[in-house]
Amino acid sequence: MSPEITVLACVALPLLAPALITALHRWPNPREAVTLLVSGCLFLLVTSLLGDVLGGIRPALDLAEPLPGLKIAFEVEPLGLLFALLASFLWVVTSVYSIGYMRSHHEWRQTSYYSYFAVALGSTMGIAFAGNLFTLFIFYELLTLSTYPLVTHAGDDAAREGGRMYLGYLLGTSVILLLLALVWTWSLTGTLDFRAGGILEGVVTPGIAGILLALFIFGIGKAAVMPFHLWLPAAMVAPTPVSALLHAVAVVKAGVFTLLKVAIYIFGLDFLAEIPATQWLLYVAAATILVAALVALRQDNLKLRLAWSTISQLSYIVLCTLLITPLGIVGGSLHIVMHAFAKITLFFCAGAILVATHKTRISELNGIGRRMPWTMAAFTVGALSMIGVPPTGGFISKWYILLGAIDAQQMFAVGVIIVSTLLNAAYFLPIVYAAFFRPQESNPDVRQKDTDGEAPLMMLLAITVTALGTMVLFFFPDLPLELALQLAGEIE
Amino acid sequence: MLLANLPALQVVIPLVSAPVCLLLRNPRHAWAWSTLVSWLVLAMAIMLAQRVYVMGTLSYAIGAWATPWGIEYRIDMAGALMILVIGTIGALVMPYAWRSIQHELHNKHTGLFYTCYLLCLTGLLGIVVTGDAFNLFVFLEISSLSSYVLISLGSKRRALTAAFQYLVMGTIGATFILIGIGLLYMMTGTLNMLDISQRLPEVADTRTIRVAFAFVTVGVSIKLALFPLHIWLPNAYTFAPSVVSAFIAATATKAGVYVLLRFFFTVFGIRFSFAAMHVGEILMLLAVAAILIASLVAIFQNNVKRMLAYSSVAQIGYIILGISLATTDGVTAGMLHLFNHALIKCALFLSLGCIFLRLGSVELQDMHGLARQMPWTMAAFVAGGLSLVGLPLTAGFISKWYLVSALLMDGYWPLAVLILVSSLLALIYIWRVVEAAFFHVPGTAMHRVKEAPASMLIPTWLLIGANLYVGINASLITDIAQQGAAALIGQALR
Repeated sequence: MSPEITVLACVALPLLAPALITALHRWPNPREAVTLLVSGCLFLLVTSLLGDVLGGIRPALDLAEPLPGLKIAFEVEPLGLLFALLASFLWVVTSVYSIGYMRSHHEWRQTSYYSYFAVALGSTMGIAFAGNLFTLFIFYELLTLSTYPLVTHAGDDAAREGGRMYLGYLLGTSVILLLLALVWTWSLTGTLDFRAGGILEGVVTPGIAGILLALFIFGIGKAAVMPFHLWLPAAMVAPTPVSALLHAVAVVKAGVFTLLKVAIYIFGLDFLAEIPATQWLLYVAAATILVAALVALRQDNLKLRLAWSTISQLSYIVLCTLLITPLGIVGGSLHIVMHAFAKITLFFCAGAILVATHKTRISELNGIGRRMPWTMAAFTVGALSMIGVPPTGGFISKWYILLGAIDAQQMFAVGVIIVSTLLNAAYFLPIVYAAFFRPQESNPDVRQKDTDGEAPLMMLLAITVTALGTMVLFFFPDLPLELALQLAGEIE
Repeated sequence: MLLANLPALQVVIPLVSAPVCLLLRNPRHAWAWSTLVSWLVLAMAIMLAQRVYVMGTLSYAIGAWATPWGIEYRIDMAGALMILVIGTIGALVMPYAWRSIQHELHNKHTGLFYTCYLLCLTGLLGIVVTGDAFNLFVFLEISSLSSYVLISLGSKRRALTAAFQYLVMGTIGATFILIGIGLLYMMTGTLNMLDISQRLPEVADTRTIRVAFAFVTVGVSIKLALFPLHIWLPNAYTFAPSVVSAFIAATATKAGVYVLLRFFFTVFGIRFSFAAMHVGEILMLLAVAAILIASLVAIFQNNVKRMLAYSSVAQIGYIILGISLATTDGVTAGMLHLFNHALIKCALFLSLGCIFLRLGSVELQDMHGLARQMPWTMAAFVAGGLSLVGLPLTAGFISKWYLVSALLMDGYWPLAVLILVSSLLALIYIWRVVEAAFFHVPGTAMHRVKEAPASMLIPTWLLIGANLYVGINASLITDIAQQGAAALIGQALR
């Protein structure tokens, strides 16, 4: 198969899978087999592109031309491949987890759940491989729409309210700010292609470009930069696998990924450095990191604490982008991967606790480590990675982020990262401590059977894979690092 | 021979076919006959548009009387686009009409309905093809009078008052247009639009011509429901039979916009209309008011048909906003949205017709939990709604893109922001329906509701398909709109 066809298949396969999933809606086992098969195939397809891209080849193809000069086109570059690899690998793991979760939690409408999940992943692939900003925007919106039914899966009033926030924030920012930025860029330059070195230099003054940059940063609502961050806690009404893969990996990372692409290929780092507004936007990102971490400290709902932590961590990557050094870009790209593995582990654990004990609040988790040692061990690994303690992947990315900040001589950013690391420890370590060292509260009303045992095997399997992955990435960060360095090489 | 007479046949065939429906006593025969005619009209429209696309502007002398003494039919690219819109919508709603009309109208009225439908089609096509100012007025009245009847055929008794309100407003509009044309005739001694435009510069600086301009502008603005002259529209759309709402929403107001374009650009000329009379600024203000106010009002409607009617007022604002820029880009955007909005609104009204057929109501509270019972209909509504909001891969996105970039080119960035904000308002009112249909607990009678019949679903989905197709490949339609705008503006500059 030629690489171009592979690229097309990567996007088309998950988008077409719902047809088969819906056709098999009467037979749950074959239906879930389709999801597993498609996700497995997708991962293999994405992996098969690796050799070409590392060899310097950029597979590209044009699909359609909705407007003169604006094409739906795909092109694979290192960052996109890194994102696609990450999302497709974690989709396989999440699919295994989903089966365990959805069945033991007796969720309804499972056919539509798996269908929309596949569409969401197809959109993510479209974002990762988009050859220009226009294509990226199309799949960005498709991702919002396809995840809406997943967020509102429960179908009750809380889901409807959460869905409103989700759609309102994401479509609101993208339709008003991002689209405006797109049309503006288009009317200034006559192109929306991704080009090394950017397309805006020499077309606008740095002052105007600052406004445009602000439109992009706030318009990409999926990056959850304050004040457009509230959709992420609202999205926590979704089933846990959705929160895990989509709201810790695919959707939010699509946001920061878009931001990185815009910074590198639309503005270009050289031009970005001339824009005075970057310093102010850096402060906004820094404020998001700290404020979100402080809010996370006060959350008692485990999923909400994880969501606020995600907001904080996403702005690490925004901050990296605004450092405007190649090392910062490397750090940001690595953090996409490292944070994804750690955060998905944490969400998986939250779901496992929910399924096994029906508990959602952190204050109820005293002594849970004795009942669910496997799950809580994985939780600890995830928490350590979030803080950036070896031997976890989080250490690697934090290392490069700090290198980037020092390289850019932004001591302010260095300070923010150090303070936020302390805050990370402050909101994650008490959970670990309570789980292992506090005595379990005995409740005489609950029968022995309900207070015993781990989560289902399928879920534990997924948790183990991501927790191990978090540690493996510390010892062997070669692949993401190589892709990130190649990206940085393209910039220089 | 046949091809050469196509401009005349385009109008004459539906005109002479209309009375036949009244003679056919059997409703099925009347329906079959008018369906046949409407598809013939579409075929002719496509052939005609193709000839204009290849050969440039067509001029046809009725009865071989030489212009400017005889009536001239004149079709340029802008006209070709309009014929395509009217022909396509006219043909697509006919297969749909059978079940819907059977359900909503008494059998004895069916023949009358199809007669008036064909007459309305005649009038709308005539408005587009004619190059004669008085002839245009005649066709405008043919379409208006027949649409008063069509609206009054609605199943509720309030349809009568709605039709009467429209009749009063429409007649005032028509009278204004007639006064304007009369004054023009007085000053120039001719009714041929091109001829008027050539003679006008000599007398342009007179009070009579300025008054004529004002009368025509206000008259046409009533017909196209420009805010604040839109008050007839919400009732008319709400109480008309479903098919009529879909057809009129997609074509009648659009023909009004076309008349406005003709008078501004062809007859009075861009210099007089926009530089001397400053109509651009006035229209821009009214368009912005329409977009904001009507979108906000739409959010608070509980009758979904009325909600879409207010949305139409807002969308007409978009079209007028593009035209008010008086640049090629602006007029292109306006004409694109004219075409796209016809596709969007027709699809939405048709899906509402499906709901009305099964539910007997289009009130929001009656639609609770409807998505389980009518998944295809609701899916069509959501798809049409997303196109209305203007999300990528839909027709609505294309016109929004052009409109925003035309505004940015001219430096009107606050208006560009406003357009984008108002598309969010559209999202809010569409989403109220989505939440009602998908999230609310269904009422007790809901389990008896079935999916709409295929004869109604297929035309609805064809229009949705057209929306998606334009969203993915808009090159043909943008090309036509661009040529149309260039024809209008080029003519005006000449």
